[in-house]
Amino acid sequence: MEKDKKFYWKLFSSTFSLSAFTFGGGFVIIPLMRKKFVEELSWIDEQEMLDLTAIAQSSPGAIAVNASILIGYRLDGFRGALITVLGTVLPPLIILSVISLFYTAFRDSLIVGYVLRGMQAGVAAVITDVVLTMTSDILKEHRLQPVIILIAAFIAAAILNVNVILIILICGVIGALNVLLGKRSKGGVQHDAA
Amino acid sequence: MMLLKLFWSFFQIGLFSIGGGYAAMPIIQHQVVEINGWLSMIEFGDVVTISQMTPGPIAINSATFVGTRIAGLPGAIVATIGCVTPSIIIVLTLAYIYYKYRNLSVMQGVLTGLRPAVVAMIASAGLSIIILAFWNSNAISFASIDWISVALFAASLFILHKFKADPVWVMSGAGLIGCLAYMFL
Repeated sequence: MEKDKKFYWKLFSSTFSLSAFTFGGGFVIIPLMRKKFVEELSWIDEQEMLDLTAIAQSSPGAIAVNASILIGYRLDGFRGALITVLGTVLPPLIILSVISLFYTAFRDSLIVGYVLRGMQAGVAAVITDVVLTMTSDILKEHRLQPVIILIAAFIAAAILNVNVILIILICGVIGALNVLLGKRSKGGVQHDAA
Repeated sequence: MMLLKLFWSFFQIGLFSIGGGYAAMPIIQHQVVEINGWLSMIEFGDVVTISQMTPGPIAINSATFVGTRIAGLPGAIVATIGCVTPSIIIVLTLAYIYYKYRNLSVMQGVLTGLRPAVVAMIASAGLSIIILAFWNSNAISFASIDWISVALFAASLFILHKFKADPVWVMSGAGLIGCLAYMFL
């Protein structure tokens, strides 16, 4: 990939617009980033995006910031990370600076509330679309263990409210044990190394 | 010295908020309300409300809000930098390790185990957003479903899947159409 002015602008504007549309914080930005950098731009592959997500999730700080640091670093080292961090923090910085000046009017505005509710449905659809794609990718592997992990982790996170770091830790240990105990099922671990 | 204090406070917030999102809230409250008295509890509540309504992580939002209150725009910038500095240091270190060792078979095993878990957590976050969108903090029952939201959700999902549309446009469209629908229906 050629790293000219256009690349840097694309990198900055992509993270900027993703950050500007990430309401509610947390994990919401991950599917949006995946859509942009994996599907649209093909700068990062699917597996790597999931690995970066796991790192972003288990590090301190905001997930959106952590994930953008990782994407920037992956694409252009330290300089890339600075560009993506800037792109990610600028929208909230600008918006909150303006809002802090007249926040009561903003908070009570009916129209603002309506737009935000509409956008929430759109955000929910984007996440659902991404989850469906990712889940079908996992099902296509035709291996039982990832499917079990997927279902168990979902129940733990969504229903039992288990701490996400604990879930990541346990699943990482399960993965390590697979290798250490030599129970590699075909097409699994070796496939990823390619 | 106020700027230095702001930086250090938000550096700690960035460092100790593990798990993201609302995990950061009690830490921010401790630093901003209890230790430094920069905001009253009511003002802090407003910051949380605003954070729910605007894009961006709650930690960055509070950094900007508090920074602006204390020292204007320079305050906002310094607090925000303080907030992301621990992330930059720690995440870059982990990224370095990941790219150096990711071809080791144990690392491969760990990552293979993690991937479905990450998908599950995205699904879990998605489910809570769907619930928020469809029921809008009402009790969950058939009668209280927000049908406008359901229609917007279904239409957005169809457009995304069928036409591979840019999510940013889909979300903007949903916001615009949603606003009109809520006003006139």
